Amino acid sequence: MSGHNESILREPLITGDNITYAKITDDILSPVENKPNKAWWIGFIVASLGALLWVVAVSYTFWNGIGAWGLNKTVGWAWDITGFVWWVGIGHAGTLISAVLLLFRQNWRNSINRSAEAMTIFAVICAATYVVSHMGRPWLAYWVLPLPNQFGSLWVNFNSPLVWDMFAISTYFSVSLLFWYTGLLPDIATIRDRAVGTRRKIYSIFSFGWSGSVKTWQRFEAVSLILAGISTPLVLSVHTIVSMDFATSVIPGWHTTIFPPYFVAGAIFSGFAMVLTLLLVARKVLGLENYITMFHIESMNKIIILTGSIVGVAYLTEFFIAWYSGSEYEQYAFINRSTGPYWWSYWMMMTCNVISPQLLWFKKIRLSIKATWILSIVVNVGMWFERFVIIVTSLHRDYIPSSWAMFYPTWVDISVFVGSIGLFFTLFLLFLRVLPSIAIAEVKLLLKTASEQAKMKQIKEGHENKEYVAEYVESLEKFDSVKQEDYAKI
Amino acid sequence: MSDIKYILGSFGDPDEMMHGIEKLQENNISIHDVYTPMPIHGIEAKLGIKRSRIDIAAFCFGITGTCCAFALIYFCAVIDWRVNIGGKPSFALPDFIPIMFELTVLFCAFGMVLTYYASTHLFPGRAPRVMDLRATDDRFVIAVDAKDNVEHSVIDGLLKDAGALEIKYNERKYISYE
Repeated sequence: MSGHNESILREPLITGDNITYAKITDDILSPVENKPNKAWWIGFIVASLGALLWVVAVSYTFWNGIGAWGLNKTVGWAWDITGFVWWVGIGHAGTLISAVLLLFRQNWRNSINRSAEAMTIFAVICAATYVVSHMGRPWLAYWVLPLPNQFGSLWVNFNSPLVWDMFAISTYFSVSLLFWYTGLLPDIATIRDRAVGTRRKIYSIFSFGWSGSVKTWQRFEAVSLILAGISTPLVLSVHTIVSMDFATSVIPGWHTTIFPPYFVAGAIFSGFAMVLTLLLVARKVLGLENYITMFHIESMNKIIILTGSIVGVAYLTEFFIAWYSGSEYEQYAFINRSTGPYWWSYWMMMTCNVISPQLLWFKKIRLSIKATWILSIVVNVGMWFERFVIIVTSLHRDYIPSSWAMFYPTWVDISVFVGSIGLFFTLFLLFLRVLPSIAIAEVKLLLKTASEQAKMKQIKEGHENKEYVAEYVESLEKFDSVKQEDYAKI
Repeated sequence: MSDIKYILGSFGDPDEMMHGIEKLQENNISIHDVYTPMPIHGIEAKLGIKRSRIDIAAFCFGITGTCCAFALIYFCAVIDWRVNIGGKPSFALPDFIPIMFELTVLFCAFGMVLTYYASTHLFPGRAPRVMDLRATDDRFVIAVDAKDNVEHSVIDGLLKDAGALEIKYNERKYISYE
């Protein structure tokens, strides 16, 4: 880290001119060490009311059985699995940011990985509750585990993707939690050493006695790198296996080999959108503009265009293959999707996932916080409709026309879904209050090489190529946290 | 002077701290440990710390997971209770792969991280062994054992020359003990 400067052509990852190590700690810990403001309380009250709704709706389901939902003989899987896949998809961005971007040495991940990982964990919790509540008899949820034969004459069916899914989701959740918590240890120690009294005692327990000695850090980095290496195929495997829940069936519209890559791209797409939805607000409310800069936002928008376009290509490929296969059932399933009684949900999906993200090709839109925030929500609406379209439109017109049916959600269906969003935000808002929302130690690593002030020093030393400096200064125009007049002088 | 256990050189900048380590080493003063708020690259080589072998442990845990998953599925689906599904073979290896992969990752991650916690003595509730409370915030601290290196004024001078902002003489090894 010492002795070499980063290329002047790269945009800074930390802006502001008086940033010191101490200031980074102060800035990031200010929401943790101070009393919450009004905005937090309003958000928390609304979110916890949502979480309460979730408790009521899930309890109602447990008490009355899944007959409380709008399912019928033909559409036996609807909002529950839609919600499950939606949440699992959202839960992909955290590990992608912390693992894949670490392997690719993308330093901009350092300031967004912590909250993205937290979001992953909360999203997977929301997804897992759907799995348990859709079982009908949730107190027998342990039957999905391979238990000895006293529980019945059979083992679980290891050929079934639903069993694979159980292994995939539980591995993903526990490994993400482990990755997140291990990364948190040094930051919890920072809070501990600044706190007094009971607070110090509590954070002391959770810091596992972290000291920051040389060996601890050396092994910490080795462990992080290996965890990133194994989490990368893990994150890809999870949505692949989720897609196999559908792809290995014989239902027209589900039985396709394109599902695994298409689902994974969709998951990353929706995950990044949710990260943007949360961070654009957190950045403003917590005053973290110097750490989560316009460069971070633009980079995430670029990933959204890429994955959104992959999803778009997948939709078109699916349609083409349905026609090209010559299978009339497959062809009907797709014609029915786009022009049948659920045409509105298909076109909602197409508009939100394929057409509107293309607006991000325009630099003005990509760099507008308002536009980005609105688009990030549009993407998540679209991704919810994608799962709804895949699940409900493929099922609702059965093989026998006499059993064709429509799906109408009951108040319980709606409340479980709306409530799960409340639960998610409740957990996220609590996280912002008790743990640092940005990885403090990792951001400190960037201070001497990739910060605006380090680059300013480089320019002032005068050894840099004039053209490069001009290009760098031009690239700073998009930053809302950079004072342009500082550069006018040079 | 005799009660002093550790001399701490507290630096505000990692490069100056590295310089301090070099200075001390040039004068044959042994360094007890260095505490920093972030990982410092290249410090292991300077202090002669061997490469971590945690990757070997990770591989062993991972391969154990693969074998356990295979053994479990093979036992359940092939040996203990074969299920005739349309006459298809019970030993369907491609169907075993997803779970074998997941358990490889699960065993590897948990085995490795628990090994890491054990080898660095991290566990919930462990009393933090901290010499300087600012070492997790904005200070880079070199700790020198005062009993082994008697010339305290020399150490003091060397650390100050290298740019230490503060020199501390700790009479207790860890100040964080309650």
